[in-house]
Amino acid sequence: MEPLTWTGSLSGLNIIFYLLVGLLALAIVVQILAAFVPDSSARAVSADGTLAGSTGLAGFLNQIIGWLFYGVIALILIYLVGGIFMGPAAGIFGAMAQQMIPVWIALVVTFALSITYKRKLGLYGKLFDSTVGMIGFAIVMFWVFTGILGGGFDLLVTHDSLSQVSGMKNKLPGTPLARAEEGEYAWFLLGGDNLARDVFSRLIKGSWVVVKIAPFATLFAFMVGITLGLPAGYYGGRLDTFLSFLANLILAFPVILLFYLLVTPEIVLTGIPNYMALFLFVFPLIFLAILLNSRFYTQPSFRTPLLIVVLGIGTWFYLALVSSNGTIVETPTYVIPGLPVFLDPFDLGPGILVVFVSVVFVNAPTVFRIVRGLALDIKTRDYVAAAQTRGEGPWYIMLWEILPNARGPLIVDFCLRIGYTTILLGTLGFFGLGLESESPDWGSTINAGRRLLSLYPHAAIAPAVALLTLVLGLNLLADGLREESLRD
Amino acid sequence: MGLFILRRLGVMILTALCLTFIVFWLTNLYPNLEKLAKTQGNFRMSDEAVTSYLGDRGYLQPLPVKFGQWLGVLPGWVTEKPEGKTFGRCFAAGTPDIARPTRCGILQGDWGFSTVFREPVGGTVLTRLALTGKLMLCVLLLMVPSALLVGVLAGMREGSKLDRSLSTFSIATTATPEYVSGVIFIAVLASSKFGLSPLLNDWGLIDSKTLFLGSATSAMADATFWNFFLPVLTISLYGMGYIARMTRASMTEVMTAQYIRTARLKGVKFSDIVLKHALRNALIAPFTVIMLQIPWLLNGVVIVETLFNYKGFGWLLVQAAGNNDIELLLAVSVVSVAVVLLTQLISDIGYVYLNPRIRIA
Repeated sequence: MEPLTWTGSLSGLNIIFYLLVGLLALAIVVQILAAFVPDSSARAVSADGTLAGSTGLAGFLNQIIGWLFYGVIALILIYLVGGIFMGPAAGIFGAMAQQMIPVWIALVVTFALSITYKRKLGLYGKLFDSTVGMIGFAIVMFWVFTGILGGGFDLLVTHDSLSQVSGMKNKLPGTPLARAEEGEYAWFLLGGDNLARDVFSRLIKGSWVVVKIAPFATLFAFMVGITLGLPAGYYGGRLDTFLSFLANLILAFPVILLFYLLVTPEIVLTGIPNYMALFLFVFPLIFLAILLNSRFYTQPSFRTPLLIVVLGIGTWFYLALVSSNGTIVETPTYVIPGLPVFLDPFDLGPGILVVFVSVVFVNAPTVFRIVRGLALDIKTRDYVAAAQTRGEGPWYIMLWEILPNARGPLIVDFCLRIGYTTILLGTLGFFGLGLESESPDWGSTINAGRRLLSLYPHAAIAPAVALLTLVLGLNLLADGLREESLRD
Repeated sequence: MGLFILRRLGVMILTALCLTFIVFWLTNLYPNLEKLAKTQGNFRMSDEAVTSYLGDRGYLQPLPVKFGQWLGVLPGWVTEKPEGKTFGRCFAAGTPDIARPTRCGILQGDWGFSTVFREPVGGTVLTRLALTGKLMLCVLLLMVPSALLVGVLAGMREGSKLDRSLSTFSIATTATPEYVSGVIFIAVLASSKFGLSPLLNDWGLIDSKTLFLGSATSAMADATFWNFFLPVLTISLYGMGYIARMTRASMTEVMTAQYIRTARLKGVKFSDIVLKHALRNALIAPFTVIMLQIPWLLNGVVIVETLFNYKGFGWLLVQAAGNNDIELLLAVSVVSVAVVLLTQLISDIGYVYLNPRIRIA
């Protein structure tokens, strides 16, 4: 079988594509240079007294760039749609597009539903008014769907991400399998890595690791940061000094040194990550309990059952999260028993737990500082004074007056911080810490691929580009959200 | 002002003490010590051998005592072997009684002995720091001017096309961690089979196989543009976007100020407004950001030095941490914590100094 080229039978379009991209780049450079020249377009006054401003050079350039941009987008769509129908006949891109069909369907459905009901969806709906936000959201959702469908449901992937195929070591993208069996996918779409595994499938499995860990780690960091930051900002005084000192202490560590100290097999043996998990994961529970109690404590008949149900489920999740194999802490010398195995719905595994804990630990102080700053600012507002006059308790004011009014910056920071967490996860993988070396996550794959970088770069470039696009998408999403929330 | 600096210095020393104690505690946990004993001795050591190895070298004393010895406030340990050999923290076996100091620690200027490199820690850290200093200097020389330029150009006309393109560029750079941009740069510019270099080689534009060198090891002795630019660019790009965005924000704020409007109404040329009226006020905030960015550069330095095999301070950190070289790791963390805290102090003082509206009593 022939090796696949990048665009296969659609290659005729390539020359047009290159031309358009080249012209677009040229036009953008010209436009940037033209921005330095002062605009001297004249206004013409017509006989009926109306003014007509000529658009001038800038307007002309603008139009050209617009057309070129749409041209490039249209061509990319042709490649994609062509690929969906023609599959491997349309080259590597086509084959990947066809492999990704479930993701495209999910994306189209999400966008169609969101745009139809965008007026009823609050801030989320407003996102669809900003182009930048929509592009960011599309990129992020692309990876989220890829992660869930490919990693969670095992669709999308062409080969097993761990099995080695003989003769495929370091092969270039599009190489056909030497002896493809019946029902087996006949190509390595993005080539093979130095252990003869399929780069494309590992890329998709790797997105699942990120999608699984990054949002939840960020959420936990926010819970810790909010639960500690609100009282620090609201009460001030000794508590604030103490907590801020602790936060600055953690922030003064170089992140990589902290990772090297926390995420080693020896530290896992001592059980310290388990203790840290015990401590850090309890904050969502505390947060929920205070949140509900401060709101409903005047109606005990409603509050008590509510708290029992919520805290019961929460405690179960908490115990399931911190315990694995029926133990919370397991060291060679002693064992602290945890939730029995038959009640334990999921196991994180020691590798993921320590990664999760250290990422939460690194992120929490920054969130603390942000929340504290916001609380310091908002506590001087009139509505807080009004609530104090009404006789509301301090926790009610913090959680139901200050926190909702700080949501704008917090949501934006949440998006940015997921991106930062993704970068941290990649850093851990890059230094070979935490997850086992055969794990398909992007950082570990870059680490494995960098040794042969100058000879076979494809194995490292694929996850690098994936990570870049995901973080870029999150940053664009945050930018769009910031713009839209400022418009209120 | 003097009191302010004194108080900050006090907090700094307290922070540094707490941090080194945490590092000390984590590196002195028993599994770490066991690993140390096995890498130093041999991997098939029995548990008794490990205990006696560690006991002889003072590792099994209580943690506060060990920390005190490392600081130099407590007398160092002395071990007398049954066969008559006597050695201690501060002297090797066979040193005469008179030449044996009782205390040796940070306060005495003794940073200890590296178990990986088998040489005194102080000298090792200094040579590596000098190499990283060279790298950082180049990074700052490239990053700060270009970030300020991008920020000022983007911020002088908010919402213009130039602003949009430059802002997108800064967002893209903040989204590219060093290990991603480094990998892409090496693949595109320093690979003999991929990217630009084979093309340029075919056309006869370059003599060597690759345009840039993918390893910066040769830059340690003799840095040239071709072996040093890629690591410098990789670190600079990630830090640049953030500084540029802060500069842009500060510049747009200044450009809407009353005195700028007055200047425009007086008919001052736009270039004069930007250069003479706006720039000086717009650069106060970025100064703080630049100072606070330096500790972040340290992370980039660790990644880039590993990726490009440049044996500087970041590489030293990885070696020390990977091998649990306790005293080297402590020295490394003291240095990096000092960098963090000093830059914070400088940024505070500089902010007060630059901004006449703020005065600290």
